[in-house]
Amino acid sequence: MSNVSIMIAGVGGQGTLLTSRVLGTAAVKAGYDVKVSEVHGMAQRGGSVITYVKIGENVNSPVIEKGEADILLCFEKLEALRWLEYAKKDGAIVVNDQRIDPMPVIIGREKYPDDIISKIKANRSNVFTIDALETAKELGNIRALNIVMVGFLANKTDIRREIWYEAIRETVKAKFLDLNLKAFDEGYKMAESYSN
Amino acid sequence: MKKLMLGNEAIARGAYEAGVKVATAYPGTPSTEITEFIATYDEIFSEWSPNEKVALEVAIGASFAGGRAICSMKHVGLNVAADPLFTVSYTGVNGGLVICVADDPGMHSSQNEQDSRHYAKAAKIPMLEPSDSQECKDFIKKALELSEEFDTPFIIRLTTRISHSQSLVELGERVEIPLKPYSKDIGKYVMMPAMARKRHVVVEERMERLASYAEETELNRIEWGSNTEIGVITSGICYQYSKEAFGDVSYLKLGMVHPLPEQLISEFASKVKTLYVIEELDPFIEEFLNKKGITCIGKEKLPIVGEYSASLIRKAILGTDEDTTALQENVPVRPPVLCPGCPHRGVFYTLRKNKLTVSGDIGCYTLGSMSPLEAMDTCVCMGASIGVAHGMEKALGKEDHRKGVAVIGDSTFIHSGITGLIDIVYNKGTSTVIILDNSITGMTGHQPNPATGYTIKGEKTRQIDLLKLCNAIGIDRVRVCDPFNLDEFDKVVKEEIAADEPSVIIAQRPCALLKTVKYEGSVKVNEEKCKYCKVCMRLGCPAIVDTGEDIHINEALCVGCELCLEVCKFNALEKVGGSNE
Repeated sequence: MSNVSIMIAGVGGQGTLLTSRVLGTAAVKAGYDVKVSEVHGMAQRGGSVITYVKIGENVNSPVIEKGEADILLCFEKLEALRWLEYAKKDGAIVVNDQRIDPMPVIIGREKYPDDIISKIKANRSNVFTIDALETAKELGNIRALNIVMVGFLANKTDIRREIWYEAIRETVKAKFLDLNLKAFDEGYKMAESYSN
Repeated sequence: MKKLMLGNEAIARGAYEAGVKVATAYPGTPSTEITEFIATYDEIFSEWSPNEKVALEVAIGASFAGGRAICSMKHVGLNVAADPLFTVSYTGVNGGLVICVADDPGMHSSQNEQDSRHYAKAAKIPMLEPSDSQECKDFIKKALELSEEFDTPFIIRLTTRISHSQSLVELGERVEIPLKPYSKDIGKYVMMPAMARKRHVVVEERMERLASYAEETELNRIEWGSNTEIGVITSGICYQYSKEAFGDVSYLKLGMVHPLPEQLISEFASKVKTLYVIEELDPFIEEFLNKKGITCIGKEKLPIVGEYSASLIRKAILGTDEDTTALQENVPVRPPVLCPGCPHRGVFYTLRKNKLTVSGDIGCYTLGSMSPLEAMDTCVCMGASIGVAHGMEKALGKEDHRKGVAVIGDSTFIHSGITGLIDIVYNKGTSTVIILDNSITGMTGHQPNPATGYTIKGEKTRQIDLLKLCNAIGIDRVRVCDPFNLDEFDKVVKEEIAADEPSVIIAQRPCALLKTVKYEGSVKVNEEKCKYCKVCMRLGCPAIVDTGEDIHINEALCVGCELCLEVCKFNALEKVGGSNE
């Protein structure tokens, strides 16, 4: 695998930090150099949160910039639109089809854009839309949506499934391990049967 | 064994392996996790101190006693700790002493963008700057050794992208370092004029020895590339950005940024055709080169403001611009907001309703300045709310200041609000101070503090009684009130700002994110009763949505705190679920 840059975009509270840690841990276990960058502070307070995972033989800057992401993993639609230009032109864009209104929309000052998914698809060719929230709900805990996303992404990498399990085991709280392993499998399955 | 670690975690690991005995800190993004990780090691005594000044004094005490010590803070915390910092430079150390300071270029979570390297120079203290997590671990160990060797504290400078990036770290074992014997030495440890004059000479001699050391240490290294057309002098995270931007050129990577190695820099400069200095924030290295007459390109091409990145450097210096395809689409911003169930919401709703001038402070509650609450007028630094309110009163006169209050969190009040309140009492002010007592340090991620009754390790300890404390310093009017009881809170605020003496309102309700806080069910809109008057929208609750046609409750976000039920005059908001049903 040559260098792979994964950018994760979401809303504070959706579990993007944990996601980046699972991805980073799996890549280390697969023998790569890794850098993961996160910005704390606003992560719990509903703001726009992005994290970067860079994987390769030798990684310098931990930051991903415009046009550099091979994979853009988006936990929310508006965030996908916001960070779209960070993806390479042929980069894979995985969007969880969920809408969370930001404060300017909530108070009626601005409008949540219409047809985000089709706008993204009109701009990029490699777009995957999934409903990870629904899957997490079916598993009984909406907080598992981040690991559903990880499962989907994992299917697109050449890192073995066992390594992903190990990474999840090391990263998530023991209490939520079973839930998260199931969430991973569901996401992985979703990727296998995905059709546009 | 190699492990993926945050820079902050690697600092903690380095402190552990180097036999540190005492670790102190006041939480502050992006430095907080250093001490949180240290607290997981039972071999090290760790504490959240009331503020950075106390934290550094405790670490100094541990060092004087002969143990290795580390003290961590964010850049603005170093301002608070500056007083002991400048004098511990004179006393030197006994056990190794390292101060870790985390700058925040780009101000991801800070009120200013100051460059802490100036402190190293001003206080005459050597400073190291790591470029990744492995160096974080290596440098802290090295700094502790050098601290003892040169009899000086060391500063380790971090930035957000070093503190909060994870990279691979090779783990080692802890080495127990026996306490160095303490012997009374007033010439070294008692800084009064006669002794300090002698110690200043020692400090200057030490800086000269350190400058020689800087020439030969492995902390500073030249990496010759196949290309000597371009030479880059850089340090910290900028080393990583530069490597990515310039590729195979020549680098002088500085691990020690104070004092700087003049000869090494001259030698490097003489062998490259064009010399760039790549450093975020101020031209600290560049000015050194200018002073020494070494020609270089730095801030004439690169900004003094904000974070750098590889593409920013490429664009500014190499003139290359990435071809990116931006969508022409208006994307609404998503600012952070007070959480659903946040106890501060009741306070700010009331203050806004009463049209008060609010001097604010540092914490989650600074978000109360944002729309639609818009209930904060000023925010300067930790503890400033109280002094600012007092100053406003003295400038405006008592009667014209009737519409002003100070708002400060419990942890911030302990940090540096108490002295401001004493000033109000002593200098005959009549301001009203509202302490937002949410039982935790919220913004930095739930650290306990002296008002919570728990230590960093979660052990029970004596809890500071804020009411008694205020009484003891001379505030007779102290009211404790639940900010979610809006009628009562409004009445209390009105009474206290009208009073002809200083007063404190302790707004008591725990942070909604605490595990002990259990709201149940959620709220829904009774569409028949709702007149779409939008009063509930003034709460700025992310769970209450104005669709443009009606009001809707986002059940996924609503925690069922019921604050909105109180503001609706038409009883159109109803609780569903939970034990009340």
